[in-house]
Amino acid sequence: MKSVAVIGASLAGLYAARALRAEGFDGRLVIVGDESHRPYDRPPLSKDLLTGTTSPDRLALADAEEIAELDAEWLLGTEATGLDTGGRTVLLDGGRTLATDGVVIATGAAPRRLPGPAPAGAHTLRTLDDAQALRADLTRGPVRVVVIGGGFIGAEVASSCATLGHHVTVVEAAPLPLVPQLGDTMATICAALHADHGVTLLTGTGVARLHSEGAGNRVTGVELADGRLLPAEVVVTGIGVRPRTAWLEGSGLPLDDGVRCDAGCVTPLPQVVAVGDVARVDGIRAEHWTSATEQAATAAHNLLAGRTVTTHRSLPYFWSDQYGVRIQFAGRRLPGDTPRILEGSPDDRSFLACYEREGRTTAVLALNRPRPFMGQRRALARAAQPATT
Amino acid sequence: MIPVCRLADLPTGESVRIDTAPPIAVFHAEGQLYAIDDTCTHQDASLADGWLEGCLVECPLHAAAFDLRTGAATCLPARRAVRTHPVTVEDGMIYVQHAAEEGTAA
Ligand SMILES: Cc1cc2nc3c(=O)[nH]c(=O)nc-3n(C[C@H](O)[C@H](O)[C@H](O)COP(=O)(O)OP(=O)(O)OC[C@H]3O[C@@H](n4cnc5c(N)ncnc54)[C@H](O)[C@@H]3O)c2cc1C
Ligand code: FES
Repeated sequence: MKSVAVIGASLAGLYAARALRAEGFDGRLVIVGDESHRPYDRPPLSKDLLTGTTSPDRLALADAEEIAELDAEWLLGTEATGLDTGGRTVLLDGGRTLATDGVVIATGAAPRRLPGPAPAGAHTLRTLDDAQALRADLTRGPVRVVVIGGGFIGAEVASSCATLGHHVTVVEAAPLPLVPQLGDTMATICAALHADHGVTLLTGTGVARLHSEGAGNRVTGVELADGRLLPAEVVVTGIGVRPRTAWLEGSGLPLDDGVRCDAGCVTPLPQVVAVGDVARVDGIRAEHWTSATEQAATAAHNLLAGRTVTTHRSLPYFWSDQYGVRIQFAGRRLPGDTPRILEGSPDDRSFLACYEREGRTTAVLALNRPRPFMGQRRALARAAQPATT
Repeated sequence: MIPVCRLADLPTGESVRIDTAPPIAVFHAEGQLYAIDDTCTHQDASLADGWLEGCLVECPLHAAAFDLRTGAATCLPARRAVRTHPVTVEDGMIYVQHAAEEGTAA
């Protein structure tokens, strides 16, 4: 393989590029990204960047020295618009093309949006530019913020806005947020963090539409499906993401909720691999930082080998920081698994719990208990994969 | 010299954080005492909460590892070393000397 194109210049793309070089690939490496920024880290966008305790320059995923070592050609501000798998050509915006022997698909995901055009003051949060626009709206003095969606990103945004002194309401369509991830009992405990910090959580109601007015078409409120109107100067929508696969339509690659690939991140074409939020690996699409980095190593290895020689079988893991509480979760929880508190107490917002099924631990959750969490996570990882990968 | 705790209260495999500015983590690993900056150079996790394996501590947030002897980051996502600080034991009491900024292991 003489040349590899990495499409998507973020976490998974950068880690894949690193892994390719680490595995000895010394051919032409081109990294295409539609954002104008070098790879940066997204998790702080809803946390420290929003509250102002970190700055954009501290989010860089690679420093100048490492960029130089990588010896890649960077096509930033450039969108891939198509993939001609037969001709091994990536189509770029502006009509340019890029011929390549191997392709790493790392185009991530984009936020779902409410239907209709977004008025000024209405935000989604995925990119550094999104975060800076939101922060600009939050630093002009106290405002009423409505966060639509009570998932992890919504909760983190609510927490950051409350920290900044804003009046915050979270609207969640389900009866309780985070149930699919955590189950009822633990979701109830995490949802209680909002009330602890003076944030209102409205559940069981969807959003009908946004109200806006004035020449600048600024948002003025959120109309709920039950008719209530929540006045708001800032609205943040965090209702999940969609994998960015539109550019791959017509490529012949199987696309259904992500680029479908095997457990080694390899698509039906051995010279095309997919990693990170855009990849549906062995039937599962993860939207977590750690999966993106781990998949990149597996994918790079298999791409250079020309077939799946190793598979990605690590234990799912994610964390979230809200209201000064660090939530960590690892494992594969299924509905019906029973949580059991091993130490600490939900009342103190500091505990370690494991989920059990037929006497076996399936997952582990901690609030502000990083050290014992790590022990449990390691034990779970060992139990989950006795075989070598 | 900053008093940490009694040696007897820090068995092998254990760690303790002291609230200096910035905070320092003291480890008792394989019969040796080590002190490093507590905050992971990647983001903001406390390394005193990390996982100790030999002379390495693994960060509890994204699994970067640091060598306690040198402070060097041995795997991503951390790229910068943490500072190390001299540790001594006197009359069964552990003390740390806060290394000056210049004394960083780069
Ligand atoms: C605000 C926020 C907070 C988060 N917090 C956490 C957390 O606390 N814990 C956790 O585990 N995870 C968290 N995540 C998730 C984590 O950031 C993602 O899982 C990770 O970024 C995925 O990396 P990726 O490289 O697959 O995708 P992305 O980071 O989305 O990168 C994809 C890149 O490809 C570019 N791109 C897309 N299409 C094209 C195209 N056609 N041509 C060129 N470029 C293209 C995109 O613009 C983007 O730069 C958070 C995410 C966000 C947005
Ligand atoms: S904070 Fe330590 S590895 Fe990220």
